[in-house]
Amino acid sequence: MSAELGVSDVLARCRAEGRAALIGYLPVGFPDVEGSIRAMVAMVESGVDIVEVGLPYSDPLMDGPVIQHAVEAALEGGTHVLDGFRATRAIRDAGAPALVMSYWNLILRRGVDRYAAELAAAGGAGLITPDLIPDEAAEWIAASEREGLDRVFLVAPSSTPERLSRVAEACRGFVYAASTMGVTGERSSVGSSARDLVERTRSVTDLPVCVGLGVSNGDQAAELAQYADGVIVGTAFVRALSGDGELEARLDALRELTADLARGVREGAR
Amino acid sequence: MTAGRFGAFGGRYVPEALIPALEQLDEARTTAMQDPTFLAELDHLHRTYTGRPSIITEVPRFAAHAGGARIILKREDLNHTGSHKINNVIAQALLTKRMGKSRVIAETGAGQHGVATATAAALMGLSCRVYMGKVDTERQALNVARMRMLGAEVVAVEHGSATLKDAINEALRDWVTNVEDTHYLIGTVTGPHPFPEMVRDFHRIIGVEAREQVLELTGRLPDAVVACVGGGSNAMGIFHRFIEDEGVRLLGVEAGGEGLEGRHAARFASAVPGVLHGAMSYLMQDEDGQTMESHSVSAGLDYPSVGPEHAFLRDSGRAEYVYATDDQAMEAFALLCRTEGIIPAIESAHALAGALVLGRELGPDGIILVNLSGRGDKDMHTAAEWFRLVDEDEEVVPSGESEDPRATGDGRAQL
Repeated sequence: MSAELGVSDVLARCRAEGRAALIGYLPVGFPDVEGSIRAMVAMVESGVDIVEVGLPYSDPLMDGPVIQHAVEAALEGGTHVLDGFRATRAIRDAGAPALVMSYWNLILRRGVDRYAAELAAAGGAGLITPDLIPDEAAEWIAASEREGLDRVFLVAPSSTPERLSRVAEACRGFVYAASTMGVTGERSSVGSSARDLVERTRSVTDLPVCVGLGVSNGDQAAELAQYADGVIVGTAFVRALSGDGELEARLDALRELTADLARGVREGAR
Repeated sequence: MTAGRFGAFGGRYVPEALIPALEQLDEARTTAMQDPTFLAELDHLHRTYTGRPSIITEVPRFAAHAGGARIILKREDLNHTGSHKINNVIAQALLTKRMGKSRVIAETGAGQHGVATATAAALMGLSCRVYMGKVDTERQALNVARMRMLGAEVVAVEHGSATLKDAINEALRDWVTNVEDTHYLIGTVTGPHPFPEMVRDFHRIIGVEAREQVLELTGRLPDAVVACVGGGSNAMGIFHRFIEDEGVRLLGVEAGGEGLEGRHAARFASAVPGVLHGAMSYLMQDEDGQTMESHSVSAGLDYPSVGPEHAFLRDSGRAEYVYATDDQAMEAFALLCRTEGIIPAIESAHALAGALVLGRELGPDGIILVNLSGRGDKDMHTAAEWFRLVDEDEEVVPSGESEDPRATGDGRAQL
């Protein structure tokens, strides 16, 4: 493992290895704070290159049922915004960069400048903001520049060329291509819209383009890895962690899924 | 910052995937509002379908309990479907067709906006799905039946607190998935730009009519205009024409629920700015920024945030905001029924409660215009329980037994 732990460094290293990066999402606090951090570390040990630390939010309007239920459970269990920093610290110690994924009001409530400083101090690499567009992000762009944090905004199949440029210009680290119109969740096919979106995004930026929404197994990951710089998986990991039974058994299922996806991103020859 | 700001409030805090649809809508409504054909069609529908202009009614027997000030009601309760909601819905349904979309979705709390949307969808041949919190489908069962009769699909949302805010979350999830052929017909002056401005403009006719009507009746402008504020569409509708009339006080009445010590929806009395459902405004939230659950006896005012233009009017001092508790609202509800023979919606009863207090302050020389935003038929179940109009074990609906040998059924069919 290289000493450089930035998102850009990891993506560059994956590119040098001729493969896509595997990016894994889990919400902090599910099944509990301790368990979620163990799960994130287990993902890193089993082949996830970058971790997305989800902050549970009361109104997760971009999420499908699996993640909704997980974050509801996390909130009922008393998870707080500050628990995210324990996760970023543990992930960094395990050797991977941690991006916090949060709906905007949680950051706004903490104070954008204050949150950015705290995130940097806790070893976090930056923020993914699913309900913040660059047009509304002046304060966050300034704060992230000051703290050296990455900022990942999203593009969608509906994005016009003008919007793709606007969003890509504001990103630092990579551009998140939400491959299908809709909420998070597994899909049997990610379809041609993902490839089209990645190509359209590449035509306006030199930043890496990572694809999310819908990927649940190694074969799908391999398909996306043919053209994307990174494959983002969320719901499938949450589902692996959602089963009944002992946490140890669920962590084993999570490791197995991670290994399958890690195989996938390596098989997708580019 | 994007366009669509009211001072620091408003904006567009939504997923990027929705931006093209919001820009399309902004373009469509801007063009439509300058297009004589659109305006003529809307005006025709308002005159021949909605029932506009709505009348005003002076209520002296009610006003006797308000320090003798003159109180005049703007009768939005007499509109088709029973509330002001139809003004906005008819206009947005016309826009939906102009944008070439064939499906509308809506959220609803009390069911008023859902019923209005189902009505407009039936009138214009649009497919319609309404999201409603499960808790609300239970307390507004009659409106669920009305929407289904009108051909709409009603989805009971069970996530989160299972009330209005969760219905909006689910509608937004539907919209981002189906935005190609679907318009999200938002029912109040909140959400991402251009909704707050557009919905206000579609309700502005309330204040335009009322201002003329009050001038004609009294020979002068009112001293104050009073309206209840949930999301705030009826209030923005009646306030907006009066904003430039500096001598006219604008008074918004929020739902005080059990009082500030208990559960309530008095955002301005308790909350700080935050982002919910695409807009920056005052928001009931905990220290982490998680949305807190609001409460009101009235489902239509039971929302933890408020339209961004109200936040601006409040901070700029142009409008004042107070709250009425459940008790105060229900007292005003009963008073209007008994003194004037008008059954208001419980939402509108909050405005009446505000007028009772304000009237005592203004005294006999005062003139108060109150927006009676809806009628109370839908609230009879709540009112019957509140005032114990039925025995504990007895159902509100009569058993329907009859001496008439030809009578069948249990009486429900007659409602």
